[in-house]
Amino acid sequence: MPSIATHSTDSLVALRGVGKTFPSGTLALSGFDLNVRGGEFVSLLGPSGCGKSTALRIVAGLSEPSEGAVEWPSPRTPASSESRIGFVFQEPTLMPWTSVFNNVLLPLKLKGIPTEKARARVVAALDRVGLKEFGRAFPRELSGGMRMRVSIARALVTEPALLLMDEPFAALDEITRFKLNNDLLQVWQALATTVVFVTHSVFESVYLSSRIVVMAARPGRVFTELKIDAPYPRDQDFRTSAEYAAFCRSTSEALAQAMAGGAA
Amino acid sequence: MNAPSAARERRDRTLRIALPIVVLALGLAIWELVVRIENIPPYVLPDPGLILQTLVSDWALLFQSLLVTLATTFEGFLLAAIGGVGLAVLFNQSRLVEYSLYPYAVILQVTPIVAVAPLLLIYLPQPLAVLACAWIVAFFPVLANTTLGLHSVDRNLADLFTLYGASRGQMLWNLKLPSALPYILGGLRIAGGLSLIGAVVAEIAAGSAGAGSGLAYRIAESGYRLNIPRMFAALLLLSVAGIVIFYLLSAINYLALRRWHESALEQER
Repeated sequence: MPSIATHSTDSLVALRGVGKTFPSGTLALSGFDLNVRGGEFVSLLGPSGCGKSTALRIVAGLSEPSEGAVEWPSPRTPASSESRIGFVFQEPTLMPWTSVFNNVLLPLKLKGIPTEKARARVVAALDRVGLKEFGRAFPRELSGGMRMRVSIARALVTEPALLLMDEPFAALDEITRFKLNNDLLQVWQALATTVVFVTHSVFESVYLSSRIVVMAARPGRVFTELKIDAPYPRDQDFRTSAEYAAFCRSTSEALAQAMAGGAA
Repeated sequence: MNAPSAARERRDRTLRIALPIVVLALGLAIWELVVRIENIPPYVLPDPGLILQTLVSDWALLFQSLLVTLATTFEGFLLAAIGGVGLAVLFNQSRLVEYSLYPYAVILQVTPIVAVAPLLLIYLPQPLAVLACAWIVAFFPVLANTTLGLHSVDRNLADLFTLYGASRGQMLWNLKLPSALPYILGGLRIAGGLSLIGAVVAEIAAGSAGAGSGLAYRIAESGYRLNIPRMFAALLLLSVAGIVIFYLLSAINYLALRRWHESALEQER
């Protein structure tokens, strides 16, 4: 199967010269440019404090840029943010007081869709992450990995054009993380959606991404971009290949330079 | 779980029920013995047997009074629950209302109810004054706890609601109130006991003014008449009422939270 990323050149969302200064005076981002094309899997990679989460929140509309602009050029993208964006936090961020089903239902419920009409979509989203049987369970009855799957199902239930993920697997053990990496790639390809993925793991970003944006800190900015043009689907063979190792090496070097440059 | 630890747990549970009973029996026996040996007259200290006897013989009167006090307590509690949660929600929705009213809620709380009760009895009809006391004492913990709960919403969940365009009402109903539920229930558990105390304080204040028929009034009245066994019997009923209220609210708390909140979860492993 050819990569979707190579076919699409439409810009889905673009940040132009975005700067963000927090009320405390901290300069989180400065002159940040990012062009996300439809169908891409982009990772923002950088040391902690480089503003990658801030950039993601600005794309989501959860934070206003102090300068610059966020543009959604394509007229085909729905105007309301609730249907164009799915967001996955570092923590599963589920409502502990209600069932998995109701958690995944939430985005549709907030849009005013009656439960009966939404049921099939919720079940489909749960099925996609392999949790069809767990709708009645409460979040705390699930493992960390399963909770993260619920969180992903909730982000997918609105069939968003853009999936934003803020270090979603950072708190998971390696075995679970590898499994979820594979499942995420599968979902991304099956839904032909676009992902912006924040991580501080070189290995994870190389494995997942079609493009890696390496960021430098103080102030947060784009240091360089790397294209990972290994074909999808990627699997265990890719993870152990020399090609993967080479990509990891070049990405690590870029990150090291970014950190050296960032400190200066 | 292996067999020895299960056995130990069973023994532990038996001890937890048996030991307080043993202590109670021992205390009552000593009490009875002291009264008999020292030949203490019942108008100074009645023995437990006589108190029980009085409880049976005066049951009709005492039960009637118990119902009066319980009705006041329940109404006070209900008003405190509605008022406390309602006001906290109002504060949460409007900063201006919070700034305007919160200091007065605090004043209501810190002024000793024993001192307020006689004043209330002057301006309000007696049953209403008693109810007002029960309410004043009980409502603040509900208000304070609910306010804390409404402010303890998970930041990321709040962001998620914003992202999906939740209205203020949806935010309140689907996010803030469920998040606050453990806090609200904690406040209600305190309020239940306090509203009983408020009712008792007001009844005693009213009793000295010569009106009323609640349990606390019976205690005051029996005191004037040196009917000490009846005082103890009424006191016993009050304690039992307090215990029942506490466990009832704990049970509600458990039923509401058992599937998700740390405080109500069964211990695992």
